[in-house]
Amino acid sequence: MNIKILGTGCANCKKLYAVVEEALVQTGIQAELAKVEDVQIIMRYGVMSTPALVIDEMVVSAGKVPRVAEVSSWVATAAMKEAAAI
Amino acid sequence: MSAVKRGCCAGPAQASNIVPTASMPAGVGPAERDWSLYRRPAALAASLVAWFVSYHYLPVFAAWFTYDLLGLDPASRLGSSVAFFVYDAPKVLMLLVLVVYVVGIIRTFFSPATTRRMLAGRRESVGNVMAASLGIVTPFCSCSAVPLFIGFVTAGVPLGVTFSFLIAAPMVNEVALVLLYGLFGWEVALLYVSMGLLIAVVAGWVIGRLKVERLVEPWVYETMAGEVAEERPLFTERLRTGLDAVREIVGKVWPYVLAGIAVGAVIHGYVPEDFMASIMGRGAWWSVPLAVLAGVPMYSNAAGIIPIVQALLEKGAALGTVLAFMMAVIALSFPEMVILRRVLTPKLIAVFVGVVASGILIVGYVFNLVV
Repeated sequence: MNIKILGTGCANCKKLYAVVEEALVQTGIQAELAKVEDVQIIMRYGVMSTPALVIDEMVVSAGKVPRVAEVSSWVATAAMKEAAAI
Repeated sequence: MSAVKRGCCAGPAQASNIVPTASMPAGVGPAERDWSLYRRPAALAASLVAWFVSYHYLPVFAAWFTYDLLGLDPASRLGSSVAFFVYDAPKVLMLLVLVVYVVGIIRTFFSPATTRRMLAGRRESVGNVMAASLGIVTPFCSCSAVPLFIGFVTAGVPLGVTFSFLIAAPMVNEVALVLLYGLFGWEVALLYVSMGLLIAVVAGWVIGRLKVERLVEPWVYETMAGEVAEERPLFTERLRTGLDAVREIVGKVWPYVLAGIAVGAVIHGYVPEDFMASIMGRGAWWSVPLAVLAGVPMYSNAAGIIPIVQALLEKGAALGTVLAFMMAVIALSFPEMVILRRVLTPKLIAVFVGVVASGILIVGYVFNLVV
């Protein structure tokens, strides 16, 4: 699984990063976690408010820091989809 | 499958399958689910009633606390300061919680994407008015000013209309509104909102007339901006977003508010009336430009600036001068210029600052003349 955090280095972007790390620990799911700070790449996802969360190239949240439980459920859904694809 | 869709076909209707909602845990039967839907509105109604009752009895409580419990003399300086603080601090915080909650819910009906759809290809003038108004209700943080700017101009929102939005969004905000209402009354609050909107509309329109598109960094127009599908949140999710807004905004600004009211309380009790009148009164013509010049490099949110405003006004500074100062601090900030520098050339930033500052100057002067 591939998780990207889109944001230009604001305080909430760091918070979102921590929330995602926590969600991955809680769910025990393995994922590649990366920050994307280049505005032009951020724009390609159609995101106009940061921080945004992208899981497997899908924008699941933008402009807010979701709760750990929400991120966990998104990550779990993505993991199920990946398992179904294999 | 990708949620990132290019072009205009990504309507909200298709979006329901994009985001898995976390609010409904799997395995909850329909009956239980219905009850959980009612629980939150019931708690909400109870809180609202409690809010209005507390607000109503606040003056009684403040007087009892200051004069009976603490035994302070109403005529003394300390008594007057403490009474001011004990009444104003809870009042402003309560107003802040209510308004931030309501605005937080209203904002769930708007997003940068819906606002952009409404503004794309819009004529100027009408567009400027719409952009400034939408600036109030669209969730916006100056840290996402750059993606928002690119998203707007690449989708065909005219440059001047985009500026109207960028000026109004930080300047006219719910925190400023509540604090002005709570401390100075609805006339001042209304004045601030209408003047803020007016400046945003006119400044954006002027920038549009100047035809400064070539002063935008060229890569901006070459950016391939995608469009993301959005889903309509459930009503309970909207309510929760309101609560989140309260937690985040009130959680961040309450120390400033308390500090500000404390400063105001001390001034209320101890500093002589008309102390500021000679420096920032109506008579001093240079006070308005000075207020704007002093305000631009200062960076503060509305909550941080209101205490100073309170102190200045209370001691005889003219309303126009104080409004100009406040608008300059909130609307024109150095960090935001640094952020916008990535998409605008220095020349366009200078135009932006110049036009907005002129607008603020005019508002300041007109107020000092009229009020």
